Parts: sequence; C-alpha cells; structure tokens
Amino acid sequence: METLIDGFFNARILADAMPYLVRGLSMTLLLCAVALPLGIAGGLLLALGSTLRSPVLRWAALVYTDFFRAFPPLVLLLFIAYGMPFVGFKPAPFVSVTLAFFLNTSSYYGEILRAGLESVATGQHEAARSTGLSRWQSLRHVILPQAVKNVVPDLVSNTLEAVKLTSIASVVALPELLYVARQVQSLSYNASPVIAAGLIYLVLLWPLVRLLSRYERQAVTIR
Amino acid sequence: MSGLVDTFFNLAIMRQYLPKVIEGMGVTVVLALAVVASGLLLGTVLALLRSLRLKPLNALIVIFADVFRAVPALVILIIIYFALPTVGLRLSGFISAWLGLSLVLAAFAEEIVWAGILSVPRGQWEAARATGLDFSQGMRHVVLPQALRLTVAPLTNRAIVITKNTALASVLAVGEILYQAQAGYSFSYNPSPLTLGAIAYLILFIPLVWFGRWVEGRFAWKR
Repeated sequence: METLIDGFFNARILADAMPYLVRGLSMTLLLCAVALPLGIAGGLLLALGSTLRSPVLRWAALVYTDFFRAFPPLVLLLFIAYGMPFVGFKPAPFVSVTLAFFLNTSSYYGEILRAGLESVATGQHEAARSTGLSRWQSLRHVILPQAVKNVVPDLVSNTLEAVKLTSIASVVALPELLYVARQVQSLSYNASPVIAAGLIYLVLLWPLVRLLSRYERQAVTIR
Repeated sequence: MSGLVDTFFNLAIMRQYLPKVIEGMGVTVVLALAVVASGLLLGTVLALLRSLRLKPLNALIVIFADVFRAVPALVILIIIYFALPTVGLRLSGFISAWLGLSLVLAAFAEEIVWAGILSVPRGQWEAARATGLDFSQGMRHVVLPQALRLTVAPLTNRAIVITKNTALASVLAVGEILYQAQAGYSFSYNPSPLTLGAIAYLILFIPLVWFGRWVEGRFAWKR
C-alpha cells in the first residue's frame, strides 16, 4: 500500500509536476478549441456534399469519408508528421496534429451528419420549398435542425472520442497533457504525473460520459 | 513527380519491408481479435452482473465503465505498460495493449448491453417469471435475446473503433503494422514503409467500415 501511494500518488512529485500539467492541459484545451470546430465544419460540408445532385461531388464526399475513417488516426498523424518533410514542408507539431485531426474527425462527423440528413423525411424539404423558402433557407431552417437533433447522441459520442484523441499528439512531441505527464514521469522515475493526467482527463470528460449513457438508455426505451 | 513517387512509393524499399509489414498485419489481426473477444465478453458479463441490482457491485461497475470510457486509451496503455512496473507489475507490450484495449471496449460494451437490457419492458420479465422460469432462465431465453438484438449495431461500431486503436500499441513497441512501418521508415529514412503500412490498414479496415455501415442499417436502434 505504501509503495502504491508513493508510486502513483506521490504528493511531493505531484506538487512539482502541477505547473507542467496545467500547461499541458491548456495545450490540450487549445487543441480541442481549434480542431473540434474545424472537424464539425468539415463534417457538415461532407454531409451536405453527399446530398448534392452532382455524382462526382457525391462520390468524392463518400470516398473521403470512408478513406479517412479506415485509417487509425495515429497512422494518419505519423504519415503527415514524418512524410511532409520529404515534400519540402516541415510542419510544426501543432500543424501536423491539427491537420490529422481535421482529416479524421471531419470524416466521422461527416458520416454522422449524413445519417442525420437522411433521417429527415423528403416531405419536409418539399413542404419547405412549397412555402417559398429557397433551397438554402429550407436546409438552414427546416432540414438541418431536425437532422442534427436526430443524431445528437452520436455527435456527443464522437466529440468524446475526439477530445480523447488529442492524447496521441504526445507521440509527435506536442506538449499537451499526456506528453507533459510522460516527460515529468521520466525525469522523476515516478508514475504519479501520468496517473494525475489520467485523473484530469476523467474529470474533464466525465460529464460527457454520463450524458452518453443517458442518450444510450433513451435510444432504446423510446419506441 | 518522379521524385514524389520515389519518396512515397519507392518500390525497392517497399519490397524490402513488405515481409515485416505483413508480419505486422498478423500481429494487428491477432491483437484486434483478442481484444474484441475479451472486451465484448467482459462487457456483457458486467452488464449481466449489473442486472442482479446489488447496490455496491453496481457502483463499482459504473465507476469502472465511467473511468475506462473517459480516460483516453493511450493514457491507459501507458499507465499499464510504463507505470505498473514502478510498483512491481511488469507486463509485456502485447499483454498490456490487449489488457488496456479490452478494458476500454468492455466499459463501452457494458453500457450498451445494459441499455439493451433496460429496454426490455418489465412485463417481459414478469411474464417469464410467471411461467416458472427462474432469473437466469428468464434472462437467457426471454430478456437477453431481445436486448442483444438492439445492441448489435452499437457494439459492432464500438468494436471496429477499438480495433483501429491497436495502432496505439506501437507506442508500447508491439510489432504491429504501425510499429513495423515506423521501424522501416527510420532504418531507410524514406516514408515508403509508412505508405505500405497505410495500405495495409486500408486493406484491413475499409471492409470493416463498410461492414459497420451495413450493420448500422440492418440492426438500427429503432425497431
């Protein structure tokens, strides 16, 4: 028990590590603040693309979605971080990570929002158009609100995954929460910083996890 | 253009590392199958235990599910592989990855199966018991068959997501696809092995992405 507390919850080491962990956490939050809106916007464009009449654009959106959903995000990230310098462009870790996240999360959000758009009955669009709304107005005021509402649980679930995903940025040395915790761990030969990082993720994401459980239960009880 | 081909699709280098990447595919497949089998099994067992409605036990199950859903998989793998040895528990990279990813999948699977069990109306339970079935018979023959049908789509998608997380095992030096591709990249200082790794992932995961979409349509949450 003594060794467990010393090894995992060492107060002295945690006190030293705290300023670094706070800095790491703010990098994680910054990454979320940049990557999540980009991913959602990209996903929305993809979903709208898949409803277009032009078969080329529709297929392009579909191929993009499947292609990037098939790649493990870490593979995508390393490919960008290690591969880009060979084409004469050496991105900063933050840029590589943001780009990899955009490609990955936009394809997931795209797939979810596409399902949302498909769940809205075609009569809704026809009714909206017949009241004199333009295509764009009908999409904005009639179709999208219903589409998004139908897939809120999947959007929450994907956002949870996207926030957790920021931890892979540690592999390309972006000083976010996990990277910083591992640095302090290797300097202090003590696991407490990494355990603390895990607890910080837990506190940060616990509300989303609870929300997800509630949605899952609602999804099966409403019939 | 030929420079780009030489850099990313260098056939000589690809031929050299192909056997390693194929070996990596084998490890990825074995790890993924092991994780899916044990994760789904543990998750279902936990959901069944939860249906016994023993308060202290249920509290533990909920804590387990929340922790392993909220903390990023990479953080969990790193704690198991790098932190447990500091308190005297040393596991191999493969076992650590298998254990960590199984626990994550089990946490999600437990919540999904539990939602499925809750979805079966009380009357079904009462009717089963009234015909003389005991708790386990009622569970096995009446409640579970109805509950599991609803959980097929979300469980499949969860399992697919977790198999993509096997790439995280490369951080623990497990010789799966990404690890082999990365090793090839650092030996040859050419990203072609990474391209090869990416192709290997596409071969394994594109069919899974399509399968997931098919299951989604076939066994949607809504009846």
